[in-house]
This record gives sequence, C-alpha cells and structure tokens, in this order.
Amino acid sequence: MEREEVLRLLHKKPKVAKADRVFEAVVYTVLAVWTLVTIYPLIYVLSCSISSPEDVYMGRVFLFPASFDLSSYAKVLGADMIWTGYANTILYVVVGTLISCALTLPAGYVLSRRDFRPRGVLMGIFLFTMYFSGGTIPTYLVVRSLGLINNMFGFILPGAMSVWNVIVVRTYMSTSIAWEIQEAAKVDGAGDFRLFLVIVLPLSMPIVAVMVLFYAVGYWNSYFNALLYLSDQSKWPLQMVLREVLIRSDSSIAGGGGGSLIDQAYMAEAIKYTTIVVSTLPILFIYPFLQRYFIKGVMIGSVKG
Amino acid sequence: MENESTRAVTVVGEKAAKRLRRRRSAVSKLGLRHWQLWLLILPGLVYLVLFCYLPMYGVIVAFENYSPILGVFGSPWVGWTNFRSLFNSYWFEIMLVNTLELSLYSLPVNTIFPIVLAFLINEVRHSWFKKSVQTISYAPYFVSVIVTVGMCYTFTDAGYGVVNKLFGLFGVEAKDWMYEPAAFNFIYILSGLWQGCGWWAIIYVAALSSVDPALHEAATIDGAGRFKRIWHINLPAILPTAIILFIMAMGGIMNVGFEKAFLMQNSSNLVASEIIATYAYKVSIAATGYKNYGFGAAVGLFNSVINIVLLLAANFGAKLLGKESLW
Repeated sequence: MEREEVLRLLHKKPKVAKADRVFEAVVYTVLAVWTLVTIYPLIYVLSCSISSPEDVYMGRVFLFPASFDLSSYAKVLGADMIWTGYANTILYVVVGTLISCALTLPAGYVLSRRDFRPRGVLMGIFLFTMYFSGGTIPTYLVVRSLGLINNMFGFILPGAMSVWNVIVVRTYMSTSIAWEIQEAAKVDGAGDFRLFLVIVLPLSMPIVAVMVLFYAVGYWNSYFNALLYLSDQSKWPLQMVLREVLIRSDSSIAGGGGGSLIDQAYMAEAIKYTTIVVSTLPILFIYPFLQRYFIKGVMIGSVKG
Repeated sequence: MENESTRAVTVVGEKAAKRLRRRRSAVSKLGLRHWQLWLLILPGLVYLVLFCYLPMYGVIVAFENYSPILGVFGSPWVGWTNFRSLFNSYWFEIMLVNTLELSLYSLPVNTIFPIVLAFLINEVRHSWFKKSVQTISYAPYFVSVIVTVGMCYTFTDAGYGVVNKLFGLFGVEAKDWMYEPAAFNFIYILSGLWQGCGWWAIIYVAALSSVDPALHEAATIDGAGRFKRIWHINLPAILPTAIILFIMAMGGIMNVGFEKAFLMQNSSNLVASEIIATYAYKVSIAATGYKNYGFGAAVGLFNSVINIVLLLAANFGAKLLGKESLW
C-alpha cells in the first residue's frame, strides 16, 4: 500500500501549478501583442506601397494591401534622385567602413597591450572625448577649415571613429586572446606590426565582423553630417533624399508621366511608403542573418572595463 | 693620486650609469621601444586631435564675436556676452524646459520598458517563440531616424493617416498630430521606444541568461514563487548593468536626440520641439543671414557643461548608494 503510493508519486508528471499556467499565458500574450505592435508599422508601410495610390490616399489600407498596384514602384525606381542617393550611400558606406576600421582596430589593439606603458594615459585621452565634446559649431568650423565641405570625406571623417567601439575592440582583444600567444611570438622575434597583423587580427575576426556591421549600418542610416557638410545635392546620400521625400514632401518624383492633378496628389503620398520600402528593405532583409554578430558587439560593449 | 683618479673614474662612471638608467626609464615609460605600437595608434590619435580636441579648443569662439575672415585667433574677444544674450533670450527658458522634459520623460521610459521586455523574454520556454520575439523586436533599430520620423508624419496625417483612422473609431477628431505641440513629447518617446526597446533589451536578456539556474532551484525549494524569484534573483542580476546604462544616459541628457528633434520640428510645434541643440544649429550654421557662430558655440558649450554636471552627479549618487559607478 505504502509502496504503491510512493511509486505513483514518482511516476506522476510534475504538476504545473495553476498560477504558473496563468502566469505563462499572460507572459506569452503580452509578448505576442508587443511583437505585433512592433511589426505592424512595417507591414502597414509594405501594404501601402503595393496598394493603389488612390487607396492609400483615401486611407483604405489598414493591414493588408487594399489592391495590387506597383505604379508607385515604377515612379520611385524610375527616379534619378533615388539611384544617385543609393550609389552615393553605397560608396560612402564602403569607404567609410574601411576608414573606420583602419582607425578603430589598431587603436583598440594598442590599448589592449598590457606591456605598453603609456597605455593608461592614452586610454584617458580616448575616454575623455566620450564625456566632453566641443559641440556642433566648433566641429563645423574645424571641418570647414580642413576644406571638407561638399566633399565625401566631410560626410565620412567627423565621427569616423567611435571611442566606444575602440573600447569594445580593446576589451575583446585583451580578454578573448590569450596573452601567452603574443608573448611566445615576441620571444620568436615578431615585431609589433607582425603581432597585430599576423597573430591578433586573424584571431579577432568575430569582433572585426561586429565593427564592420556597426559602422556600415551607422553610415547607411546617418544624415546629420550630410546635412551639415554636403550642400551639393548630387553628393547626397540616400537618407538626405529620403528627407526631401518623406519630411519636406518633395513630390517631384510623383510628377510627370501625364497623370491628372488628382492622380499626382495620390501618387505624392503613395511614393512615401514606397521609398521607405526601397530604402529600408535591404537592411531589414540582411540583419536577421547577421544578428548574432550585432548581439555579440552589444554584449562585449556592456562589459565594464 | 691613484686613488683620486679611480674615484674620479667611478664618479664619472656612476653619473653615466645614472644618465643611462634615466634614459632607459624614459624609453620604457614612453614605450619608445614600441615605436610600431605608436605608429599603429597614430591614426586614431590624429583623428581625436582633429575632430575632438581641436573642436574642444575651438570652444573659445563661444567667448568671441566670431568672424570667418578673422578666424578663431583674430576674432574680437567679447567675454560672457554670448552667454548673457543666451540667458536673456526669449527662447532660453522654453528650450531649456523642452530639453529637460524630453530627457526626463524618456530616461525612465527607456530604462524600464527594455527591462520589462527582457524579463518577459526570459520567462519564455519555447525557443522558437523567444527567437521570433527578439528578432522582430529589434528590427526597428535598423530603420533610420529619417524613415521613422517620416512614418510618424504619414501615420498621423489628418487626411489619410492610419492613426487618425483608428482614433476615428473611438470618435476622436482627426488632427495633424505632428503639428500639435502637446503631442510632440509623446510621439518622440513612443517612436524612440519602438526603435530602441528591443535593442536595449539585448543587454538585459544576456545578463539574465547568465544567472545560475541553481539559484532559482534553491529558491523554489525554499518556497519562493515566481515573483519572489524575479524580485530577489533576476532584479539584482541586472541592477549593475541598469545603473551603468542609467549613468551613461544621464551624461547624454542634454544631447537628447538633436537628429530626431530637428526632423520632427516644424513651425507649428516649435514651442515644444525647440531644444538647445536645434537652437544652436539654427542661429549659426543654418542661419540664412548673419551666421552667429560665437553665439551658437556658447549655446553648445552650455549644453556640454550641463551634461558633465549631470553625469558627475549621477555617478556620485550611485557611489553614495554603494552600487556600481563609472569610476
């Protein structure tokens, strides 16, 4: 009798308390709603972009496309403005990311070298800039006196090196790569260049990937330096073109093609959604495949020291 | 004789050795044997000098009546005049309040919501659900600020905006919300939360996943319920991270998104949207007539000084509480 009771208890599935089930239901529901609310604006924009301009203008789209009409894509993809912006952005992203990495990685490496005595002072010089800055206007005056106005490098150089990223690189190199490896190489007669290029850099590929991604996304999305330093429209990156279309409601893309005035007014709104899709979709498609690198970067950055 | 000469030699020798030692210590202090390391960090240092320290030095134009022709060194010195005209300006109080309001509202919101999100994600047991929630929740981080603000404009349009259509169901009158000063802070914070919440939660999710499950098991055996365990185990686990991030955010309180406020600004919502940074930009670089760089720099410097003070205060406060601090 007693033995049977014990056996029964042993074989019984662990009972999930009723309170726990309720708790879980609440957690899952809240998260599901949260997720839906987050993704809704993106789906809405996508739906609007493939609905007819009239449906968009009349506000007939709520979640799914009200109709299927790619005329706004024809307008947007036929606009030189968009393509010039795209070409400029790609150029700036590639050149900018190269420059940023060339600044950040060696600096991070040097600051990670524990046998380099000026390291502490250098670290101070770097960190100080995180807490105090001259401000926009003095920076503008410096950039102008360097002759970088209306120059690609005016967009790229101010802000090309983020001290935060330097610290992330430094943290990675000093914690994830055994110091003994470098010491052994030193004994074998390797100089500091060789240590960096042949030993440490190949072992730091995960953090290099993180840096490339951080900087590339940063350049892709930034507009402020372009606003300050690029007045020549032909040099504008995509984001500045988007500002004209989305915020200043420049409808030159919607015009032409011989539609009626009403059609053009419809189109002027519809192209906003389409330009958003055209400019943002590439990044949103790529990031899920790269997200583990982003997460890694954020997590290394949050480690103090 | 002999003795003297040997002593002289020893003295000379000692002096030479001392010099040598001194030189050696200077060499190792400056790390001159590591000239290759100096070369590696040189580009970074040049960058800092050009784009961080030179502008810091350039802050002296805040005390000048700056003229582009005379330059930083040649412009007439005016002392505190620029600051006085800032403090006496009609806009000063408005934009100071706007800046502080925007920061003080967004700071707790941007701290609490990511933590709550991380706690919820941490309770999920199905990994597919967890993954999809995370992936979707930080997707908006990759949307540019221009697109985000552009979406705010189109969504709240009085004519076709989806927000107004939804509000219409509840009988709310359609309005161009982006042109309403009263809605500015709300839209600013809500759109910021949409963009950043999932991203900021990453750090907390990581901190929570590093909690030793044995702690939870032990607590369960001792009879602690879910909420007790969250309160006594999970919360202390993320607290150091939260405090550090909070202090960092305090330091940036006055830097509150110039880039976004500037885009959201229009002539109708100016009373709510004019913040110190946008004002500095408008009186100097963007001015159509006389570009008052000296005044703009003064406004910017005022901003930086408040930042530093708040950062130090927050750090000091954290130290007093005996918790984490930056230094």
